[in-house]
Amino acid sequence: MEYRQHQLSNGLTILAECNPRAYMSAFGFFVKAGSRDETLDIGGVSHFLEHMVFKGTPNRSAEQVNLELDEMGSSSNARTGEESTIYHAAVLPEFQSQMVGLMTDLMRPSLREADFETEKKVIIEEIMMYQDQPPYGGHEQIMASFFGEHSLGQSVLGTVDTVTHLTSCQMRDYFHSRYSPGNIAFAAAGNVDFQQMVDDLERACGDWQPSQVNRTIERANYQTGFECLPKSASHQQYILQLSPGPSAESSERYASRVATAILGDDSGSRMYWEFLDSGVAESAGAGSYEYLNNGLVLTYICCSPDSAQDNLARLSQLQDQFQEQGITQKELDLAKRKIASHIVLSSERTESRMFSVGAQWLVDQPFKTVSEIAKIYDSITLDQVNDVIRSYPKRTNTTLVVGPRTDLQPAP
Amino acid sequence: MTLQQQIIHSHSFENGLVLIGQSMPWLESAAFSFQVPAGCRYDPADQIGIANFVCEMVQRGAGNMDSRQYIETLEGLGVDYSSSASVYGTHYSGASCSGQLHDALSVFADVIRRPHFPQEQLEDGRLVCYQEIAAIEDDLPQRTLIELRNRYYGQPDGRDCHGTAASVGSIQQTDLKDFYDRNYRPNGMILGVAGKIDWPALKEHVGNLFADWPTKPETVPGVLAAEHGTCHLPFDSQQTHIAIAYPGVCYSDPDYYKQAGSVSVLSGGMSSRLFSEVREKRGLCYSVFASNHSVFDRGCVVCYCGTSAERAQESLDVIIEQLIDLKLGITEDELRRLKVQVRSDLIMQQESCRARAGSITGDWFHFGRVRTLDEINSNISALTVSEINRFLEQNPPQKFDLVTLGSQPLEKKNDGISSTPTK
Repeated sequence: MEYRQHQLSNGLTILAECNPRAYMSAFGFFVKAGSRDETLDIGGVSHFLEHMVFKGTPNRSAEQVNLELDEMGSSSNARTGEESTIYHAAVLPEFQSQMVGLMTDLMRPSLREADFETEKKVIIEEIMMYQDQPPYGGHEQIMASFFGEHSLGQSVLGTVDTVTHLTSCQMRDYFHSRYSPGNIAFAAAGNVDFQQMVDDLERACGDWQPSQVNRTIERANYQTGFECLPKSASHQQYILQLSPGPSAESSERYASRVATAILGDDSGSRMYWEFLDSGVAESAGAGSYEYLNNGLVLTYICCSPDSAQDNLARLSQLQDQFQEQGITQKELDLAKRKIASHIVLSSERTESRMFSVGAQWLVDQPFKTVSEIAKIYDSITLDQVNDVIRSYPKRTNTTLVVGPRTDLQPAP
Repeated sequence: MTLQQQIIHSHSFENGLVLIGQSMPWLESAAFSFQVPAGCRYDPADQIGIANFVCEMVQRGAGNMDSRQYIETLEGLGVDYSSSASVYGTHYSGASCSGQLHDALSVFADVIRRPHFPQEQLEDGRLVCYQEIAAIEDDLPQRTLIELRNRYYGQPDGRDCHGTAASVGSIQQTDLKDFYDRNYRPNGMILGVAGKIDWPALKEHVGNLFADWPTKPETVPGVLAAEHGTCHLPFDSQQTHIAIAYPGVCYSDPDYYKQAGSVSVLSGGMSSRLFSEVREKRGLCYSVFASNHSVFDRGCVVCYCGTSAERAQESLDVIIEQLIDLKLGITEDELRRLKVQVRSDLIMQQESCRARAGSITGDWFHFGRVRTLDEINSNISALTVSEINRFLEQNPPQKFDLVTLGSQPLEKKNDGISSTPTK
């Protein structure tokens, strides 16, 4: 396993974790462009652009792009978040150069008007699909409430309204403002010929013109409150809570993830015993989300409408106890074992290694190997976890309840 | 990059338990997959959901562990585990670092052979089952597909393992134990293990855990007829959810690879016909797919699409048109892409002991043996356009069962039987 990196003169970063014993090669373009970088009038443009990238270039029609991805037997996709857009593909190593050639071409899309209008319909269908799925737009609403005016509160998909009114011209402007080579990394993992990859990228991307890219990453002024989103057709009641957590750069983030796992992992956690083992909720848990200069913990419960008020009270009690008493050494040891095992299992997947390489670059962190990350978790102490629990109280939160009940009250 | 030569070990214990092992020495991890012959097809007609309820209860204390010790033991071993009931079996599976494999199997031997069924946890376990039933109510694609399978296969093979609140509500502690006593047995049980394993040691360990378990007679479920045709589930939703099934062959059928090839042309990648015609060219939906579905001795092809109410009829018409057109055959280019895709998918499976443990267990159930990745690749590589097209001529997609969920019912304008091809 060898970590290599290189930068083209126009600023494009190339990163790879080369493993000659791997069966697959995985590649990804990581772009620092997400809903956080959008102004309100172009809400959803990052995600829409992600779709449009597959719609062809001056050299290829949309159909040719799809055919070529399938010709290589690739497992490929893309995803857009608050801070990034990632285009990724896993292929057999023999297709390395061909895949690098296709992906680099895609990153200079035509954004043709006819394709733009057809794809707009697909995006609107996607938004409607999520409106039919639990928690029925609740995630977007609570992010907006928690972050207030801050750009992290903007929806990744945008709304039917913003997407409908978006023009291809606005998308083009956005593309030029974010897809500058200095704002992009190409990450690879697995059975990769690094020098060949650098040569191919130099040839294909060397003439991309750099431009000045700005991003504001100020800290949000987190909001607290209790809201209700009525949804009469829903069978279940959904409780969502956001509370502050460490940011992507914070040294506390590892201890915070351990604390969150002890509180809300899907098995064996405090929330598991309180809500799932007893059958008072269908699902319940907590997860850490880290952004530049900002971070949060999402706590969620899905339960019958009848038990929702009682479950809000149970959750508050659990959080108070967690806050006041902290965790035990036994809980810490079990959590560490679980995390260590998870690290080994996920490190065996080439694609997951590629995501790790690219994701570390996205938040401007120096690369850490699997064993370095495992060591960090192993060294975490009881005091570190209890300190982070005290620093980020879960009771300071925004709560949103979604479902048929409109009379729920915050727990005392 | 080629497929590694695979060595598949198997051993049938005298009591009928089959152990299969695949050594993947390049990994540090190992995974296991138990299939106990206790699927929901064996649920008594008035107790549907009992297999799933038993799956919940056996994990609430077994052997020397109470329910908390059970979870803590698995967590201490770093086992990532899951369990579920399906139509034919109840499955307990997990993965961990290879050094913990034997201890993890010992835990599940207790769960499978020595559950406590603690009376004081009965109602908690029942609540968990109610919660699972309620969760499906809010999952509209899932509800649509459950109704489709229920109608297509009939009882018991089309049933959803969760049952209803009424059926789960009627189940007593003695019913759970009766179901367990009848259906948890070594004969018919399969254990697949893949990853960094030591086969002789594994065989000995599993023998120590299970070889003294006596066999039991097989139970035979009652069978009810299927209901074909069209069904609409009215619901106030943004999208209309469309599910279609047409007759196909089951996994173990010699023609299965040909059917799978044709379904891959419909839905195998971004250039596949459904993705291209329904989403890419017309922008009718975000999600559309077709897949093979099989119970032990029967199969079908299932299609799904979620699309806004006003565009749902057009989406259905385009999908049906594509299905009917399949009988006109597939092209050399489509088959070539399919072959590369299969080879790539199979090689990728070599990265995951979890995927292999599940596959070898499933293979044993359907075929009574394990197909190596090389064998699957050879079978796919040997496929020709003319044989797939002959299969499609003889078995054209037709007699479509349709289930829709949404604000308005849709009209199935063509059943593929007497129509002239559209292109």
